[in-house]
Amino acid sequence: MDTIRGGNLLTLNNLSQKGILEVLDTAESFVEVNSRKIKKVPSLNGRVVASLFFEESTRTRLSFETAAKRLSADVISLAVASSSVKKGESLRDTIATIDALGLDAVVLRHLSSGAAEQVSRYVPHVHVLNAGDGLHQHPTQGLLDAFTVRQVLAERQGARGSETGAEFFQGLRVLIVGDIRHSRVARSDIAAYAALGAEIRVAAPGTLLPADFSGWPVSVAENFEESLEWADVVGLLRLQNERGTGSFVPSLGEFTFTYGLTEERQALLRPQTIIMHPGPMNRGVEIDSAVADSAQAVIERQVSNGVPIRMAALYLTVVGATEGDSL
Amino acid sequence: MKSSNDDQAPSGDLIFFAKNQLLSADDVKRAIKRMAHEIIERNQSVENVSLIALQTGGKALGEKLREVLNEISGETVPFGLLDVSFYRDDLAIKPAPTPTQTVIDHDLTNRTVVLVDDVLFTGRTIRAALNALSQWGRPKAIQLCVLVDRGHRELPIRPDFVGKNLPTSLDEAIVATTDGVWIGTKGEK
Repeated sequence: MDTIRGGNLLTLNNLSQKGILEVLDTAESFVEVNSRKIKKVPSLNGRVVASLFFEESTRTRLSFETAAKRLSADVISLAVASSSVKKGESLRDTIATIDALGLDAVVLRHLSSGAAEQVSRYVPHVHVLNAGDGLHQHPTQGLLDAFTVRQVLAERQGARGSETGAEFFQGLRVLIVGDIRHSRVARSDIAAYAALGAEIRVAAPGTLLPADFSGWPVSVAENFEESLEWADVVGLLRLQNERGTGSFVPSLGEFTFTYGLTEERQALLRPQTIIMHPGPMNRGVEIDSAVADSAQAVIERQVSNGVPIRMAALYLTVVGATEGDSL
Repeated sequence: MKSSNDDQAPSGDLIFFAKNQLLSADDVKRAIKRMAHEIIERNQSVENVSLIALQTGGKALGEKLREVLNEISGETVPFGLLDVSFYRDDLAIKPAPTPTQTVIDHDLTNRTVVLVDDVLFTGRTIRAALNALSQWGRPKAIQLCVLVDRGHRELPIRPDFVGKNLPTSLDEAIVATTDGVWIGTKGEK
C-alpha cells in the first residue's frame, strides 16, 4: 500500500516507503500545531472517534485521545473494566453497540493478535486504527520511532525531517534488543525501518527470539557488545512479564547481566548513537536508570512525538480521501 | 511546471498544460512593486504590517513582496508562512493535501495582517486562512493581496490588492508565479 488515506492503519507490514513518509511528513506539520498557544485545528470537526483499550496503556491511550481532541473530533472512551465486557459481551457485540452511536473511527488496543483487522471487517465503514494487538503490530509506535530517528538526525544537520525524505535511513544500522518474541513494537519497528532502507539486527537470548525468522528483514546479532559498537540506533524493548517472559529467562538479573543496557555497555556505543525505548521501562532490567536519563536517550521525545504521529494517522485515514475518490 | 491551478488542494497526478503566457516576469515584478506601494498607501506606513504568505503558492510571491516593501519603506516587515490544510472545508470531498510548514513567530494581536496568495478563485482557501489566523491573536485588520483574481467566488470575499484581474472560465487553469502568469488547462500526465 502506498497510502493509508481513507483507509485503516492495521499493520506496517504492507505499507510502502512512500506511505510511511506521507505519515511522517504530515506529522511534522502537526508538531508545529502542537507548538502553538492554541493547539487545536478543525480538521475532524463533528467526527466521532472511539477509543477502546482492552489492555492497559498510559501513553498510547493518552496520546491517541489528545490527538483526536486536537483535531476537534469527539472522543468516546470505553472504560473496559467497568463496561459490559466484564459481563462477557463479545468484541463483536461491543463494537456493534458503539457503532450504533455513530462512529467515524475506532482506536483499538486488544490482547489478541489480529483483533484490529477483525474489527475492520465487522465495521467496514469505520476507520480502524490499531493501537496494539497482542504480539502482532503497534503501527503508530513504529511510525513514531522512525519519525523520532529522522527528526534527531535531521536536526543535527540543521534540516527539517521532511526535507530529508528517507535519506538518513539508507544503510542506517538499527539494533533492536530484548524480548523480540513477544513484542509487537519490534514487529512494527522492523517493518518501518526496513521499508525506509535501514539495516536491522536483533539481539536477545535465544528463547526471546521468534521461533521462525523467515520473511523478517533482519539478521541476528552474534555478539551483543560488538553490535553495540556497530549500531547507529539502539532500540530497547520492555520485558513483558504479563506475557510470561519470566519463563523464557532464568531470572531478570540474568537478563540484565547478558542483555541489559548498563552504563558499562553504554560506554561501548559511539557518541552519536541514539538510545530508544517505547516505554514503559523496567528501570534496572532492560535499561539502567542512568542510561535512560542520559543525553543519548530520546525516550521522552518518543512520547511527545506520539501526539503528532497519531494526529497524522487520524487525519490521513479519516479525512484523507484517496486521489481516486475525488473529483 | 508545478500545478497550482486553482486555490484547491494540489490534486495528485494532474498537471498543467500552458496555453498562453499572460504576464511576463517583468510584468509580475511591476505588479508586485505597485501592490507594495498600495499597501503602504493604504496603511500609511508598514510599521504595523505583518505579511503572511499562504503555502505553497503564495510563498515566493510573499517573499518578493516583502523584499520590495522593505526596500521602499526602509523597515523590516515581519513575515510568516501559513498552511491552511487543517482548516479546509472540503476535506471530506477532496483528497486531504499533504500539509507543509507553518511559521508564524509573532503574536498578530493589533497587527494589520496582509495575506498573500498567488490566485484568488473560490475564496475557500482565504476563508480557511481567516479561521486559522485567529489562533495567533486578534489582528487589527486583515487585508488580502493576490497576484491574480480569476473570479468565480463562492464566498463573500474580495481582495484589497490585485496584481491582475483575469476573467476565466471554470475549465481553465491558471499558474501564477514570480516568473510569470500562464493560462491553460489541467489534465492527466
